[in-house]
Amino acid sequence: MDVLNALVAFLNFVFIPGLAYGAQLALGALGVTLVYSILRFSNFAHGDTMAFGAMCTILMTWWFQSIGISFGPLPTALLALPFGIAATAAFVLATDRVVYRFYRRQKASPTIVVIVSLGVMFVMNGVIRFIIGVDEQNFSDGARFVLNPQDFKVMTGLAEPLAIKTTQAVTVVTAVIVVAFLFWFLQKTRTGKSMRAFSDNEDLALLSGINPDRVVAVTWIIAAGIATIAGVLYGLDKSFKPFTYFQLLLPIFAAAIVGGLGSPIGAIAGGFVIAFSEVMVTNAWKKIVNYLVPEHMATDSLLQLLSTDYKFAVSFTILIIVLLFMPTGLFKGKSL
Amino acid sequence: MIVVEDLHRHFGGFRAVDGASLTIKTGSITGLIGPNGAGKTTLFNVIAGRLPPTSGRVLMDGEDISGLPPHVLFHKGLLRTFQIAHEFGSMTVRENLMMVPPDQAGERIWNSWFARSRVAAEEKRIRQKADEVLDFLTISHLADQKASMISGGQKKLLELGRTMMVDAKIVFLDEVGAGVNRTLLNTIGDAIIRLNKERGYTFCVIEHDMDFIARLCDPVIVMAEGRVLAEGTADEVKNNERVIEAYLGTGLKNKVKEAASHG
Amino acid sequence: MNQRSLILFALVACLYLGTGFLQSWNLSLSILNAALLATIAALGVNMQWGYAGLFSVGTMGFTALGGLAVVLVSAKPNVENWQAGGWGIVLALVLGALSVMAAIFAWRKLPKGRTRALVVAAIMVGGFFLFRAVFDPNVMAAEAINPQFAGNLGGLGLPSLVAWPVGGLLAAAVAWGVGKTALGLRSDYLAIATLGIAEITVSVIKNEDWLARGVKNIIDLPRPWPVPYEVELQQVPAFLDLVGRWGLDPVTTSTIGVKLLYAGMFGLVLAAIIWAFERALHSPWGRMMRAIRDNEVSAAAMGKDVTGRHLQVFVLGSAVIGFAGAMMTSMDGQLTPGTYNPLRFTFLVWVMVIVGGSGNNWGTVLGGLLIGWLWLVVENVGPNIMGLLTAPLPDSWLKAHLLGSAEHMRLLTMGVILLLVMRFSPRGLIPEK
Ligand SMILES: Nc1ncnc2c1ncn2[C@@H]1O[C@H](COP(=O)(O)OP(=O)(O)OP(=O)(O)O)[C@@H](O)[C@H]1O
Ligand SMILES: [Mg+2]
Repeated sequence: MDVLNALVAFLNFVFIPGLAYGAQLALGALGVTLVYSILRFSNFAHGDTMAFGAMCTILMTWWFQSIGISFGPLPTALLALPFGIAATAAFVLATDRVVYRFYRRQKASPTIVVIVSLGVMFVMNGVIRFIIGVDEQNFSDGARFVLNPQDFKVMTGLAEPLAIKTTQAVTVVTAVIVVAFLFWFLQKTRTGKSMRAFSDNEDLALLSGINPDRVVAVTWIIAAGIATIAGVLYGLDKSFKPFTYFQLLLPIFAAAIVGGLGSPIGAIAGGFVIAFSEVMVTNAWKKIVNYLVPEHMATDSLLQLLSTDYKFAVSFTILIIVLLFMPTGLFKGKSL
Repeated sequence: MIVVEDLHRHFGGFRAVDGASLTIKTGSITGLIGPNGAGKTTLFNVIAGRLPPTSGRVLMDGEDISGLPPHVLFHKGLLRTFQIAHEFGSMTVRENLMMVPPDQAGERIWNSWFARSRVAAEEKRIRQKADEVLDFLTISHLADQKASMISGGQKKLLELGRTMMVDAKIVFLDEVGAGVNRTLLNTIGDAIIRLNKERGYTFCVIEHDMDFIARLCDPVIVMAEGRVLAEGTADEVKNNERVIEAYLGTGLKNKVKEAASHG
Repeated sequence: MNQRSLILFALVACLYLGTGFLQSWNLSLSILNAALLATIAALGVNMQWGYAGLFSVGTMGFTALGGLAVVLVSAKPNVENWQAGGWGIVLALVLGALSVMAAIFAWRKLPKGRTRALVVAAIMVGGFFLFRAVFDPNVMAAEAINPQFAGNLGGLGLPSLVAWPVGGLLAAAVAWGVGKTALGLRSDYLAIATLGIAEITVSVIKNEDWLARGVKNIIDLPRPWPVPYEVELQQVPAFLDLVGRWGLDPVTTSTIGVKLLYAGMFGLVLAAIIWAFERALHSPWGRMMRAIRDNEVSAAAMGKDVTGRHLQVFVLGSAVIGFAGAMMTSMDGQLTPGTYNPLRFTFLVWVMVIVGGSGNNWGTVLGGLLIGWLWLVVENVGPNIMGLLTAPLPDSWLKAHLLGSAEHMRLLTMGVILLLVMRFSPRGLIPEK
């Protein structure tokens, strides 16, 4: 019996990774939900928008690194982030101008726009592969740990080390700042209020003199911004590989739907629900359990519910359960 | 017989139907009137399964049918038309009628491959029936037009025509006469009476034209603000104070009274 | 078909003939066969999208299920692996299915409330652990035997042709499950659910070695009747005689002959599917489907079970895709799960449908053959064009990068084609009437 060690192991393998991953998914799902509630379609290009933003940031990071700019213990990518956001926002706005605007004016059905977003996804994917290739890229630098596992052991005398990677800390802190900013923006600013009005009832919003083009542009910029941030955080924490971002579509949409498509709070809740379920189901509990049970009961089996190869099955299963039992999600969707 | 018990249907905080209770007797032609926004169409939508009720029940011949999907209710003999015509735009007018009969052999994909002659024979019958209905509605000349191309009034006739393609028990007509000229309106009225007498259809008719209602309907139910305000013969409800009030607002009512006492 | 369509088909035929004359007939026929298979899958997608407006992006998964069927049906059985753990795995799967059924039964029979939820959850969790308890040791045992060359249970050793309909059935069964949960809700839910099931299907095939050796691939699947092996064909006196009389090279001729035979078989399947679909479309069934697509609310009010019909079309279309997937694996003679990629197996098929003209089978065929050709030719031509474009540049990292990245051009090309068609000719090359 060793509750403390078990707790540390739990924090180390379940809680902290889940928290970081949840923050990344929540940001991704926020982007999806935002586009859904204002532009009224499910944006299948969102995964690739994240990849695009991450790519721009990586290129900028490499340049900074080559000329010797660094951010001390923090990843240089954070310095490059604003440039990545700007580039992605420009790209997304251009996409809106040449692609989506036409369908919006036509009042095309949402499904048509979704298919169009598939086309955009193809193009973005092609551009990304063209520029940076399909391989894995590592761009994380700075200090590796906020809390070094060795130091922790020495400090506490526990057998089990606790590690907090810089990227994890950065992820969570950034996510909190972004979410706080977004909610402040939606609740308090004029533009944010008009976005909420637009999402509630487009016709009424138009009657009351809200400029739809402006709302749409601001939405795209914010969506591009949080997509880039989410993409960079994910890339820092894991690694950057274009195809993984496409695969993130499933957990991200699952998070948005679980939370209730169109509800920002739901997106955040959904992100953490999906992330923690994934981590808990694919985590090998052997270590933690062995700390807790008496020695003679210790187990050799991994105590893993599903292998990590099936992590998508977890988001999928949660998605199906939600579709079956509460199709509108945890927080009834569709309004900002 | 349809019995509606304390039915509610809310949209967010708005109570479109707010505790309506009414009975539609078998064999009757029941009128349903009320000012714009009274909740008549919403009531139809709930009865016909298009919208689930927020609370309350709908009984059909004693069976609880609340919340059943529309196609199931259709098979039970409950049909409805739409206030805003819901035609199948890419199909011809005749096809719009021919799709209605339920359980066609040709609707099974298997039969379209392996039982062609059976399907063809059935199609001939249905087509004949459709042409009779078109004749009856005096729109035979439109049979091969695309339904999206015909006029609004003609679409309303098509709506009515669809309910004539099958043997219904009870038909809900939502402003079937709106946008139809007076001669045709009379024809429609005659048709409703005939279907009621000869085929035993029960009708529930929403209509703003009081003459039409007075000619056809007994009883007439008046709705306002989601509830049933009054019920009786057309004359009774016309002279009911609360009904006039609902239609005209209190201020106007007094003026009408004044005018009546002076004149 | 009208004149315009005929001209379009003639132009596409010219593409294949041109490839044959200018490059090689082997290449032209390889492209044709791949395109025919993708076209059949596209007919399935067209059925779902064009007839019923269902937006499903699970094509890759259904294709892979078809491929899996080929392994399960036509690979040699590995008796030792079966003896080691095969029956245990089957038992585990049966137990898993039973617990799901028990959970559904409990959900239906018990009164609403907290007890019901708890009982159902308990059945599911208990069932899962039971399943794993039986499954894991048997999988270990089965995979332990002869892992270099087998390690899987193998198939039934039946002819490859049998696997085609089985592939369709397998895809249909999975589609039924997905459709039952995701249809009748908002339209993009089906898209997400199918996207998910496709990823999961492929990861199951990749990771369950006992099933089809996972990423270790299965390579020696038998050919479907009546296709001969080239080397065998080259021994047949009648063939050599024929080749000799025409003065042809026996090796090239045999490979071309085999490909022609495949093309003929796929063509037959394609024709049969089009015949069946066209008949169905021009029957009362097709009328009902059009009515549903025109106006779901009204069709439901006229007694048509919209969700039920959607499910039917979804299952049928998926079965066609599974059939095509089985034919593909059968032709390749191998199952390589690593090659299943959503861009190639899902979205490319969508591009075919939309470019050709959704709702129109002939349009889909045209789009399939055209895009199928483009996809494989851009792969070859793209680097050449890039070579020409970059020729004036001095040698530098930029030039090397551009040349190296040229192979990714085709995604971009497909995306641009899709966007252009959606914008300027949304009804496709051969629009629905
Ligand atoms: N889907 C909906 N969402 C929100 N409000 C609705 C919806 N459908 C109807 N309402 C509201 O419910 C009220 C009743 O509408 P309904 O269509 O039932 O009236 P009605 O009696 O048929 O009127 P009319 O005679 O003009 O057709 C209206 O105020 C309408 O705005
Ligand atoms: Mg109305």
